[in-house]
This record gives sequence, C-alpha cells and structure tokens, in this order.
Amino acid sequence: MSVGLLSLIVLGLAVLGYLLGRQRALSAVKGDPRALHSLPSYYGASVALFTAVPALLVMVVWLFLQPTILETRTAALIPQENIAASGGNISLVMADVRRIAEGLDAVAARAGLDEAGIQAMRADLSDMRSRLAEVGVALGANVDPAVFEAAKTYRSLGNSLHSAMALVVLLAAALGFAFALWRISPQLRARNLVEQFIQVLLIASSLIAVATTFGIIASLVVESWHFFRLYPAGDFFFSTTWNPQFRGGSSLGLWPLVWGTLYVSFIALLVAAPIGLMAAIYLSEYAGPKMRATAKPLLEILAGIPSIVYGLFALVTVGPLLRDYFAQPLGLGDSSSSVMTAGVVMGIMLIPYVSSLSDDIINAVPQAMRDGSFGLGATQSETVKRVVLPAALPGIVGAVLLAASRAIGETMIVVMGAGAAAKLSLNPFEAMTTVTVKIVSQLTGDTEFASPETLVAFALGLTLFCFTLALNVLALVIVRKYREQYE
Amino acid sequence: MTDATLHGGHAAPRSLLATDARTRRRKAAETRFRLYGLTAVGLGLVALVFLMWSILGNGMGAFRQTYFEIPVELSEATLDKSGTRDPAVMKKVTTVGYGKILQKALEAELAARNIDTGTMKAKDVMGLLSKEAPADLRNMVLADPALVGQTITFEAFATSRVDGYFKGRVTMESAARDSNISPEQLAVAQKMADAGLITTQFNLGFLSMPDASELRPEAAGLGVAILGSAYMMFIVLLLALPIGVATSIYLEELAPKNKWTDMIEVNIANLAAVPSIVYGILALALFINFMGLPQSAPIVGGLVLTLMTLPTIIIATRAALKAVPPSIRDAALGVGASKMQAIFHHVLPLAMPGILTGTILGLARALGESAPLLLIGMVAFVKDFPAAPPEGLMQPATALPVQVYQWTQRSDPAFVERASGAIIVLLAFLLIMNAVAIILRRRFERRW
Repeated sequence: MSVGLLSLIVLGLAVLGYLLGRQRALSAVKGDPRALHSLPSYYGASVALFTAVPALLVMVVWLFLQPTILETRTAALIPQENIAASGGNISLVMADVRRIAEGLDAVAARAGLDEAGIQAMRADLSDMRSRLAEVGVALGANVDPAVFEAAKTYRSLGNSLHSAMALVVLLAAALGFAFALWRISPQLRARNLVEQFIQVLLIASSLIAVATTFGIIASLVVESWHFFRLYPAGDFFFSTTWNPQFRGGSSLGLWPLVWGTLYVSFIALLVAAPIGLMAAIYLSEYAGPKMRATAKPLLEILAGIPSIVYGLFALVTVGPLLRDYFAQPLGLGDSSSSVMTAGVVMGIMLIPYVSSLSDDIINAVPQAMRDGSFGLGATQSETVKRVVLPAALPGIVGAVLLAASRAIGETMIVVMGAGAAAKLSLNPFEAMTTVTVKIVSQLTGDTEFASPETLVAFALGLTLFCFTLALNVLALVIVRKYREQYE
Repeated sequence: MTDATLHGGHAAPRSLLATDARTRRRKAAETRFRLYGLTAVGLGLVALVFLMWSILGNGMGAFRQTYFEIPVELSEATLDKSGTRDPAVMKKVTTVGYGKILQKALEAELAARNIDTGTMKAKDVMGLLSKEAPADLRNMVLADPALVGQTITFEAFATSRVDGYFKGRVTMESAARDSNISPEQLAVAQKMADAGLITTQFNLGFLSMPDASELRPEAAGLGVAILGSAYMMFIVLLLALPIGVATSIYLEELAPKNKWTDMIEVNIANLAAVPSIVYGILALALFINFMGLPQSAPIVGGLVLTLMTLPTIIIATRAALKAVPPSIRDAALGVGASKMQAIFHHVLPLAMPGILTGTILGLARALGESAPLLLIGMVAFVKDFPAAPPEGLMQPATALPVQVYQWTQRSDPAFVERASGAIIVLLAFLLIMNAVAIILRRRFERRW
C-alpha cells in the first residue's frame, strides 16, 4: 500500500469520524444542541483529530526510522571479507545492496518471476550483473553471492516493514477513532479538548523551524566529522592547494576557495555599496514623491530576479563583454568567466539589498537633526554628509554586512560566471572559484558518500554556514542597536 | 559689534548679492552630490534594462522555430506490410526506416522544384533536417495508422544551424568553420526557403516537449521542467502554507513572551538568511542519504523548497496578523468567543489577504531557486514525463531554473538561445505571480 493511498484512507476515516461524532453527540441529547457542552461540530472535530493526527504522526516517524533499521539489519549480513574487499568501507557495499534490491523488482517483472522466484535467484548461478544492467541498474563489478543475499533480505525486509507500517497506521487510526467516539457524551468538554489539541499542533509546527536549524547543523557537523576522520583537519584549514583527485591522494586546502569567495564578494560590494548607498540617499533626501514611487520598486525588481537569471547574464553577456573590452586589451587574460564577471553581476544583484535597507535607516534619522543642520546654514549635501550619514552609519554598516553575507552564500552566479579553477591570484580577470562552486561540483553527479573528495563539500558547507551566520548576527546586532537609539 | 570686528582680520567686505568663491564651491559640491545620487539610481535602472534586454534579445528566438514543409508519401509497402494497420505490428519499422522515407520525399521535392543541390551528398541534404524528424514522423503515424497510404504534408524540424541561419545567429562565415553544417547546405536551405518550402512558426513545442539530447537542440523543450516545477510548487503550497500559518499564529497570538519563544524567533530570522545551497546540503544528507528518498524527485525538491520558503511565509503572516487591530480580538472575546474562536473566526480571515500575498511571493522565490536543486540530483537528463501525483512525485523530473543551468552547460550555442527562452518563461511565471500578489493586496487589503 503506497504512502499516498494510506494517507488518503486515514483522511477519509477522519471525515467519517467527524460526521459520526457530530451525529453521536446530537443523538445523545435527542437533537437538542443546547444540552451539549460545546457546539456539535466540536464533537465531530475531536473524533477527526484523534483519528488522523496520531496515525499520520506514526507514519511520518516510521518513514524516518525505517531506512536506518533496514540498513543496520542488512549490514550485519555482509561478511567481513566483502567489506575489506571494497576498501574497508561498509557504505560502498550498502550502496550496491540498495541498488541491487531496487533492480530486483524490475528484473522479476521482466522475467515474469513471482515472489518465490525472486527468493530462488542465485548470483553464483546466473549473471546478475548483465540482467540488472538490462533494467538500467549499472554495477561496477560482478555481483557477489553474499551481497546478493543481503540485497534479497534488504528487499524482503523492506517490503514486510512497509506492510507492517500500513497495519500499524491503520490500527492507530482505528484506535483513535474508536476511543474518541466512545468518549463522546453531552458533558464532554469537546471545545476545550479540540482547542488544546490545536494548540499542541500549533506549537509543534513552530518547532519545525527549530528542527530545520538543528537538521542543518547536525547534517553539516556529522558529515564534516566523517570527512575529518578521512582527511587531516590541519591540511584542510591551512593548506593552500586545492586539487581533488578521484583516485585518492588529493589535496583539499580551504584557502584558494576562501580567497576566491572573498575576492568575488569584495568586488560585488565595491559595486553594490556605493551605488546602493547613493541611490538610497538620493531617493530618501532628494527625489520627489513621483520619482520615489517609480524608481524604488523598479530597483527592487533587481532583488526579485532569481539568481539563475543573473548567472545566465554573466555567462552570455557580461563575461564576453568584459573579456573583449577590458581583459584582452589590457593583456590580463582571455577567460570570459572571471572574478570580475561574477563580482560585477553579483554587485548588480545586491544594489537593492543595500539601497532598501539603507533607505529605511536614513528615514529613521529624526527630522529634527536635519532641521538643526539646515538652521545653521548647511546645504543639503553637507547635512547628509555631516549629520545624517554619521547618525545612520552603524545601520548602513549592518546593511553592507547583510549584503556581504548574501554575496558569500550566492551560488548560481559564481557557478556560471566565476570559473572552476582554484587559484590564489590577484588578477581580477582570471577565473577563480569559490566555496559554493566547489560544494556544487563535489556533490553533483554520481555521489558516493565515502570518499574525502565528496565529504569535503560538507566541511565547506559548515565553513560557509558559520561565516554567513556570524555576519548575519553581527549585522542584526548592529542594526538593532542603532534602531533603538532613536526610538 | 564694532567696525574693528567687521573689517578687521582677513575677511574682505562682501555683498550678499554677489556670490563669493566659497559659496560657489559649496553650491558646486551640492550639485555634484546630487548628480552622484542621480547617477547611482540611473546605474541601477540601466543595469535592469540591460539585463532584460540581453535576456529578451537572446531568448525570443527560442519561441520561433524553422520547419521544412515536405509532402511525404506514406507507402503501405514499407510501413505496414501486413496491411492490418495495427500499431503493435507497425512498430517494427524503426526510425531508420522512416528516415529513408523522409529522405526520398525530400529528394523528390527538391527535384520537382528544380533545386540544384550541386555536389552535395544525399546525407548532407538530409542533414538539414533535425535528427528528431524521423522519430516525429514515426510517432505521428503510430498515433494515427489511417495515415498510411496517403501523402501528407509533414512539418519537419530544421536543425539548429539552419534554424539559426534564418534567425541570423548562423552566418555563411561561421558555417564554414562549423563541422555540423557547410555553406553549401545553407545555400540549398536558402533556395528551399525561396521556393516556399520553409516556414517559421511559433514554437509551441518549446513549452510542451521534454528535453532533448545534446545533438538536437531544436527539439528540446520545457515540458518536463514546467511540470516538475509545478509539482514542487504544489508540495510547497500544501506544506508551507499550513505550517507557516500555524507557526505564526502560535508566535503572534498565543505564545507567552519568554526565552523559549525568543529562541524560536531568532531561529526563524536566521533561517531566512541561511544560504540556499546549505539547504541543498541538508536535503542531500537528510532526505536522500538518511531517509532514502529517490534523487531528482519532485518530492525532495518540494520538501527542501518548503523549508526555504517557511521563514518568508512566517514573516509575512506575522506582519499580516499584527496589522489586525486588537479591538477585533477584544470584541470577539467580549461576546463570549474563546481565544481560538477569536483567532480562527475573526483575526485569521481578516489577515488572509496579507497571508496569501506573502505566500505567493514566497512561492515565486521558491520557483526561481536552483542551487539546492542541483545538489539533490535534479541536473540529471530527464526525457520522460513524470506520472500524475502521487507516484509522479517520486519519479525523476527537472525544474525550470535547473533546466536553464543544464542547457548552459552544453556546448551547442543553440542551447544558449533555449536557456534564455526558458528564462523568459520563468520570468513570465514570476511576473504573473507577483501581479496576482499585488492585485490581491490592492483589492482585499483593509486599512484600519
């Protein structure tokens, strides 16, 4: 029974529970709702909630836990020599087991085998590798009998766990249904019950945000820890070469990537900060209401455009333009993807981030301060430069820091515009690479979670996460402190 | 005030009517500063216009497609020897067979119109047509076996080079350097166009067809990508809206102000600023590695985009709830409603326009997101449409922005045109969503 069908059945049961519960409450008082503690619909709702929520909860938890149980049970079946044969790494063998198990159904369907037929299949008697290849499961080597047996167990255990889940979920739904229905009486405080239930649901959903953060940190830390067991942390943090080799023996130094990231972000801020700040000053201090009403939303469109669009813009238009008119005439290189390309395009993307935040902050500077300055005879620009900007400075710094954190975490523009070569160079027209680019390139394609070359992406992700988090917290603290100053 | 102070020292007597050098300098600085500001705004707007112009200029071509209109005789002898018109039997004739029919028809038509192909080989003449054309013809015949025995006018895709020639992307000079097309072939194509054998039409297939391989960009479409994106948006809407609204109601209306709720709030603010690629890493580690969900499936994409969109929706919903005046709550409580009833019967309906606006904007953001989808394997080449939900949610698909990325990774320049065209489609969707959000806000938002 598929998960979708199962949830549909549970939901159907809940609807039925609603109708029955309402009916039962009404019939208990002979159709006179005034004799009930709560409105009749609350009695129905209590049955529906008790039917659906625990059952669906069980299902979600089961779906989370099932893979782990399957994995540990099957891994125990694989003999030590198989693990040793694949470099002492159990996860490589388990990946094969999973793929074979997935392919078995297709093989059986093709050969017209039934359940017993699958159980009778033997890897040492028939060529399983070519049979699996026929159904689109490509394996690196011939199927080992022990691994094949493990795969069969994996498949049958998975199937039985799945039917067990359906049974347990339906049982939970039925129990909740019966319990809630049985409890209905005119004295039952159904509204309080339902409202408490809903409050619990509301609290639970607000915990999802916490769970997401926890999930992010846990997955980054756990996988980074795996990485640092395979690769010395000192080399990662202090080496200046990045040269992954998929046959092992790679050097995975963080510094070239950090340098590329900071260089691109620096150029992006060099573009975005002055333009964004001046635009904000002009729009809040000089522009008339009409100009403000048209220019501000137009600038903010830039923030709403997805980064893939900027990526294509960098790749197709800006890159070749910079190469033909700057890099080649100046003799600085002839690559269309460069730090400059990515930086300039990213700068354009960040203009509205700087401008709209600075705009808010400049507007928050009290008018009395400007009036005082005008009263002393200062011109408008002198007022802006000597009074408004110093007062708004902490907030503007915060805005620039937020933009910097965006720049560091931005992916598509640098993937398409900055290049892939990890270099420590000062030439802005040279292709360099960033942390995000390498996360993408190490994790796309065929990913096997056992080699340091793949796992390094998690360590890079952790670095990136810490970097952006620190910048954000710093920026928010500065902005918040400033806002309180004039309130 | 004495004359000594007035005339003493360095200051020369000056008139208020004549501007002195210092005032002029200050005024010049004022004008300059103003100009800087205007320049900054102008630069931002120029960048926007340049961006749009470059995307539209590169991409509009993707919506037009060059076709060859050739009369093709579908003879029974080759296509359906048994004469039963049974598609199962007719399947035996492969695309190679149809290719031969198409080639014969093309040669006959060229001869009939007196178009001189010079020393060109038959293979090169056939090279004007897309490699997809025989398969198209085959699918057409298999779908409607009654066509066999008739002579039909078949619209065959031109290859991307011929297509590009008529759109001005490919020139005789570039063709001379190109191994996929020769100037002679283009000359023949030009003659065919003069004879009226070539038409350029709106390319509906670009929106409906699935992706095609590296060698036949003319047949590549956005069908699977649009469907995949639609599936993911469906999942995001289904999950993020209720969870986001529930979270906001709790935090805004019910939660006591203590350390615990403070922590949740800081958490949400931070989640909104986490780089999108980090969400991709989370999805890879949690959904694919740990839970064993399939790679490139819309369900995984939908889940990760849900997590990304949640903070946006929560922030918008809280603002909308905050905007409902407390007097509404007080009135409801005053006539005997419980706290939940006041929220669900009165506050929430009044906040709904704001919530929906925020949700649509969150969805628009999710629709354009590509980095996390790259990590969950959506870059795979997918040619088959996923089935209807719920099974389809577990089958491989791509998404619009990822399709753009994928096309830019291919070497054929025709794919750049396709990628820009896909961007136009994406931007059109975003424009529609934003317009709906603005209309919703204008139409239903109440101010107290």
